Amino acid sequence: MAELNYDQVRTHVLNIIADIALDDDVTSIKDDLLLREQLDLDSMDFLDIVMELKKRHKIEVPQEDYPQLATMQSCVTYLTPKFNQ
Amino acid sequence: MTSQKVDYIVIGAGMAGLASAIRLLMFGKKVLIVEKHSIPGGLNSYYKRGKREFDVGLHALTNTVKPGEKGKPFHKILKQLRIPLENFELSPQSYSLIKFPDKTLKFTNDFNEFIESIHQQFPNDIDQFLSLVEHIKNFNEVALDNETFMAKDVVRSFIKNESLIEMIFCPLLIYGSAWENDMDFSQFVVMFKSIYFEGFARPNGGVRTIINLLTAKIESLGGEVRYKTAVTKIIEQNGAVCGVLLNNETLVECSNVLSTVGNFETKKLLNPELFVAEENIGKLSFTESIFITKEKPHTLGSDATIIFYNNRPNYLYRCPQTFIDNQSAVVCFPNNFKNDQMDEGWLRVTSMANFNLWKNLNSADKKSYLQKKEEVASENIELLKNLLPEFSGDYLFKDVFSPTTITRYTGHLGGAVYGSPDKIRSGKFPETKGLYLAGTDQGFLGIVGAMLSGISITNLYFLQNGSNE
Ligand SMILES: Cc1cc2nc3c(=O)[nH]c(=O)nc-3n(C[C@H](O)[C@H](O)[C@H](O)COP(=O)(O)OP(=O)(O)OC[C@H]3O[C@@H](n4cnc5c(N)ncnc54)[C@H](O)[C@@H]3O)c2cc1C
Repeated sequence: MAELNYDQVRTHVLNIIADIALDDDVTSIKDDLLLREQLDLDSMDFLDIVMELKKRHKIEVPQEDYPQLATMQSCVTYLTPKFNQ
Repeated sequence: MTSQKVDYIVIGAGMAGLASAIRLLMFGKKVLIVEKHSIPGGLNSYYKRGKREFDVGLHALTNTVKPGEKGKPFHKILKQLRIPLENFELSPQSYSLIKFPDKTLKFTNDFNEFIESIHQQFPNDIDQFLSLVEHIKNFNEVALDNETFMAKDVVRSFIKNESLIEMIFCPLLIYGSAWENDMDFSQFVVMFKSIYFEGFARPNGGVRTIINLLTAKIESLGGEVRYKTAVTKIIEQNGAVCGVLLNNETLVECSNVLSTVGNFETKKLLNPELFVAEENIGKLSFTESIFITKEKPHTLGSDATIIFYNNRPNYLYRCPQTFIDNQSAVVCFPNNFKNDQMDEGWLRVTSMANFNLWKNLNSADKKSYLQKKEEVASENIELLKNLLPEFSGDYLFKDVFSPTTITRYTGHLGGAVYGSPDKIRSGKFPETKGLYLAGTDQGFLGIVGAMLSGISITNLYFLQNGSNE
């Protein structure tokens, strides 16, 4: 199977965020800025992102790695190897 | 005796229990939700009399969000439950009044109007009020490790005018204090923000709209509430919870239990012999009279949505010595939310009431109990005539509920609508591993507060660390 590239992983993450941040416009997310500053997300919502990653993609994110989910860029960088495992 | 096993048990299908169950189900947990009553809602439930659908309580949903706003507590709750805001069909209040003998303050869902009203009525105190507001804005009221300290002391360090203090506290106390005449400062800030900063709205369809959204969500996630199913005992072994016993003689094995039934109510389930001292039982209970009239309240002389009425110079928020306190009340006209879809006029009057007097009368003599309810209705009608100049006192139908009704349907000791003053903010019972508390006695009150409590405690103890199992 071909490896997922940056944009493909990004789309998966974006789909999850769009379902959680119901009232936010996710099309304008800047990849290098903190997600919680662009969207109406707080620590409780990151729990949901982790849960959806597991549910939809069988990807585990241990609690000590939550900081890796701070920006879209860091999310994709951190998750790409996990998607391609 | 039959037995079964689940991962999580939620005791109570009030606002806190329903919200907690939704979170657990979203995370794929196997959860059993048990409710003693035959329908959900708890303190904010519903019933039917004749052809009419009644709400218990529900005057208003606090924490109203305005179009375009983001990041408010209500948004957070909806996001966590994944229920779109539109589905609540919120209709905002027109305005509310705090009516004391000499002065009346007015507030709306625009906080500036409250500032303006205080400015007019208390011109010398407005700066002190504004500095209190700054302090409130910067306070993190929902931190689970806040200490308990009393709000009046804090407020007095900003505002010197006792009359103004009494008026500010009046709606906040009666909409959410388990203490007499004062409240915990965190709770004060919760209430201040949710009522004065954010304001009131009513879902079209009343409390059923809220409950139906929550129960539909539970169903869509494959969950199920078991009604007419009471927990009769929480079973503990070596300092950890290991299951519950149900009234149908079923034993359910489980090592994670969330109770929403109250602090001492839960402790009594652990140890049915437990004696709860008078002072630990909440003293604040209420009667409510609901009158249905041919004319709508605005025709009868008032456009206000809610009136916090007090006929004394100071506000006595306490258990009265008499069956009810007839010198103060909360009056709600549900027709006076912006979008009135009701055919008839609805007038609701809530009065502080003495639980023990009602209880003794109810158990001694049913006829006098019913007679007493009639007297309360007549007193409430006199009050309404005062507030509605065109109201003759005639109505089509009425219903009155008393403090004993509250205990009968929700199990709260002492009919205490806001629970015990002994809150367990952390939501933990340190003596019993695996047993947690959400809702009323965790300290977040009201419909929005109870849902927030259910969500926060569930996230913290059941989902945060358990998401990898
Ligand atoms: C008259 C009145 C007016 C109110 N008005 C408003 C208002 O306008 N706005 C607002 O925001 N809030 C209002 N409230 C407050 C609000 O209703 C409560 O703060 C909130 O509903 C509390 O929810 P909860 O889930 O914590 O507790 P509860 O609703 O008490 O839920 C506990 C549930 O547990 C069940 N239970 C108890 N024991 C057992 C057992 N052993 N086994 C199984 N189940 C059990 C009970 O039946 C109940 O359903 C009002 C309350 C009343 C009574």
